[in-house]
Amino acid sequence: MSILKPATIDAIKHHQSALLDGWIANLQQGGSLSDNRISRDDVSRQAKEFLALLVSASVAGDVADLARTEWSESRQFLETLSRSRAMQGFDSHHTAHFIFSLKRPLFDLLQKTYASDPMALSAELWAISELLDTLGMHTIRAFQKSREEVIRRQQEELLELSTPVVKLWDGVLALPMIGTLDSQRTQVVMESLLQRIVETGSDIAIIDITGVPTVDTLVAQHLLKTVTAIRLMGADCIISGIRPQIAQTIVHLGLDLGGIVTKANLADALALALKRSGLSVTRAE
Amino acid sequence: MDRIPILRMGSFLLVTIQVDMHDQLAMTLQDDLSAKISETSAKGVLIDISALDVVDSFIGRMIGMISGLSRIMDAETVVVGMQPAVAITLVELGLTLSGVSTALDVERGMKLLRERVQSQ
Repeated sequence: MSILKPATIDAIKHHQSALLDGWIANLQQGGSLSDNRISRDDVSRQAKEFLALLVSASVAGDVADLARTEWSESRQFLETLSRSRAMQGFDSHHTAHFIFSLKRPLFDLLQKTYASDPMALSAELWAISELLDTLGMHTIRAFQKSREEVIRRQQEELLELSTPVVKLWDGVLALPMIGTLDSQRTQVVMESLLQRIVETGSDIAIIDITGVPTVDTLVAQHLLKTVTAIRLMGADCIISGIRPQIAQTIVHLGLDLGGIVTKANLADALALALKRSGLSVTRAE
Repeated sequence: MDRIPILRMGSFLLVTIQVDMHDQLAMTLQDDLSAKISETSAKGVLIDISALDVVDSFIGRMIGMISGLSRIMDAETVVVGMQPAVAITLVELGLTLSGVSTALDVERGMKLLRERVQSQ
């Protein structure tokens, strides 16, 4: 349990503007204001707001324990700040720098206030230092969390975006696969393709793997599973878009794609699908 | 004791599974179907599993065995209307049912059976 001395809080209150100036100068030195992503006015407004919150919280609050309710406003403020910094594309260094650059002006102030009392000075320095460190850590944690949220959302969007099942012809479905195939994606792809086969009553499904960068044993196994599931449902499957390198890899790995119809490109696969459906394409005279 | 009905349509037999398959039911179906094939000397068997939405490894194996058994008794067998979830489950269980012919629905299944029987 450590509470800041009233003298410290008074000193902060009285020298607020000097503190802010020192803080902003430090921020500028650290390069947080060097580009146009955030204006000087915004930063000084945020700094002022945070300093006010800090003072009001430390009057009542235990500076060693940020989990207490007195600090909830400060915590919320920092979380919002981290989130906005993350959105603006700042890195964690710049975000944490916002808190840590307050240290020097605060330490200078304390030194002046307790010039005659070294014992009190060291105690207050320790308390303030610990407080700012904890706040800084909290900021980084919030920053990390909001970045992770962004990544998770993008992953989900990618998953939805990259598995469209398109109808090429009456009774012919195509699935252009793009990106690396892992178990989770294969599952989603397989489910959506099988569902569409049932909905449309399509006889033939073409899986185009032109956009799949590499094929290893695992990917081949996933493909085989999908093909088997399609066959079990009573439809036929053609795999197209096997590039020369991928064909070489498949042969070198000794993978057995026996029983699966493969074509070099989607056009050939469509031609085969039309032929199997008893259709032919002729030039109009 | 409930049974799965086996209907005769010309030279074909039609089996529609409308209830949840349990092990005993599958065994009974196997017996009934083999008896019926020899009784009617059917040329083809169509098994409709479109209402089946839960399978386990035993039922999956039974489907394979029933179709193998019919083939030995000189009747072409087609399994139709497998649900996506069932297909995925069977694949994950490692049951690829490689000897079983499949079709999307009863109509296509019948067409396939006729073609097979005619080509014999």
